[in-house]
Amino acid sequence: MLCHICKEKTATVHLTQIAGDKLHKIDLCEACAKEKGVNDPAGFSLADLLLGLGASQELEQATGSATVKCPKCGFTQGDFKKTGRLGCPQCYQTFASGLEMLIESTQKRTQHRGKVPERLRAQRSFEMQQATLRKKLEAAIEAEDFELAAQLRDEIKQLKAPPVTAPAK
Amino acid sequence: MKLDEFLEPASKSVHRKGPHDRIVLSSRVRLARNIQDGAFPGWAKKPERLRVLDIIRPAVESLPEMAGGFSETMDNLSVLDKQILVERHLVSREHAIKSAGSGLVINVGETLSVMINEEDHLRIQALYPGLQIRQAWELVDRLDSELEEKLDYAFNNDLGYLTACPTNLGTGIRVSAMLHLPGLVLAEQINPIITSVNKLGLAVRGLYGEGTEALGNIFQVSNQMTLGETETEIVERLEKVLAQILEHEENARATLLERKAKTVYNHIGRAYGILANAHSISSKETMNLLSLMRLGVEMKLFPASAGLIVDELFILTQPAHLQKSHKDKLSAEARDLLRADMLREQLKPVNRPVIKSEGAAGLDKNEKA
Repeated sequence: MLCHICKEKTATVHLTQIAGDKLHKIDLCEACAKEKGVNDPAGFSLADLLLGLGASQELEQATGSATVKCPKCGFTQGDFKKTGRLGCPQCYQTFASGLEMLIESTQKRTQHRGKVPERLRAQRSFEMQQATLRKKLEAAIEAEDFELAAQLRDEIKQLKAPPVTAPAK
Repeated sequence: MKLDEFLEPASKSVHRKGPHDRIVLSSRVRLARNIQDGAFPGWAKKPERLRVLDIIRPAVESLPEMAGGFSETMDNLSVLDKQILVERHLVSREHAIKSAGSGLVINVGETLSVMINEEDHLRIQALYPGLQIRQAWELVDRLDSELEEKLDYAFNNDLGYLTACPTNLGTGIRVSAMLHLPGLVLAEQINPIITSVNKLGLAVRGLYGEGTEALGNIFQVSNQMTLGETETEIVERLEKVLAQILEHEENARATLLERKAKTVYNHIGRAYGILANAHSISSKETMNLLSLMRLGVEMKLFPASAGLIVDELFILTQPAHLQKSHKDKLSAEARDLLRADMLREQLKPVNRPVIKSEGAAGLDKNEKA
């Protein structure tokens, strides 16, 4: 296992912290651990290190393949690393996998629970109901509960898409 | 219309009052929104920013709340005007450095300010005096609902409103209150308070927001996370925390008068002495001393009428406001001289602080009432 900071030497210092319901792990080599003051467990703030290191790791992940480009606006993951901002709304889909961890660590949850634009409300609740039922269906099939699966399949069929609302003028 | 003709003069704006404004100077809620079609302002090229501005600005101007308001593109505002807007908390420091392709719409009464092409296409802000977070949210919510009928917002089922920075995702809401906390600072209790507020997922910042220092014992408390909670939950959490900070500040003031009255009187008396007699004074020192005078007014060492003078000076002694009242471009040194002149002149009707009783007990009672 390589050190998370220098990514050169073998990690010999392993730290684990549970913050809330999240588990953070850091593996460091001796030199980096000393530099960060980890040799003194009492005076060392794991949270500080985690925050700083965590953020850079997530950026790293988002930039893992610098060739990925947003088809809509041409923004690359390298650009995100530089600015910490995204290029356009579409970027959230383009870079979804890289952003996931960053969002998880900086936000309360990953599912929006607040306001929804009026015009999207019906469609959103339809889509979210559909997604929930599909998940249940998959689980039912997995568990070979075919009676339930058939019932869920019918429920999905019965779900009606709301009439399409016109976009804003 | 020119900006200085539109903005209420400081002598009038200090009469805007709100609940608990001894401690809570103002409450603000801002929403970050983007339209679906278009790159975020930081990535968009100038022609695209201009195109987005041309879509959004008329939509904002047409809202009933903005009737008779002030609407301008940022390239048409002078550097000085932009700085004035920052000092009045009507635009962010980031927006003040924007030029062509960005815009601003403010309503009459200056409770609503819409920044176009700041970090996001839209930053909608409601600002009320005193502790009125819920009212600010209701106002900004209404404006946002009207706007969504005219603009196609970028919205994702899971991530909510999409924003240029992932830290604003979801609700796009930033709820904040500006607090005057001289009691906690003097009692040296401010740091533990900041630490515990941080632990609750709230940020504490200085007077002008992110990355600024707490001049004049003024602190901004705001939510940090925007995704995963409803707007109401965020507003309520901040309300709860603010209620506690208010209580701590009141307690700190009462305890100071009980145990360290002399120290407090000494600070306030010296603040008055310098403000009323200096011939050169920086903006920073002025803020810090005016804060102590404000505390003196609340402890009844100065008449209530001095409160309005102090609040007005808080606004007028800031660099851009000071420059605005003079034609020639002033150097920092010249501004310090003029600031001192203004302070001596304005504080003429304010007599030196009067300590009513020898002990602090009498004052202490007044304070609690």
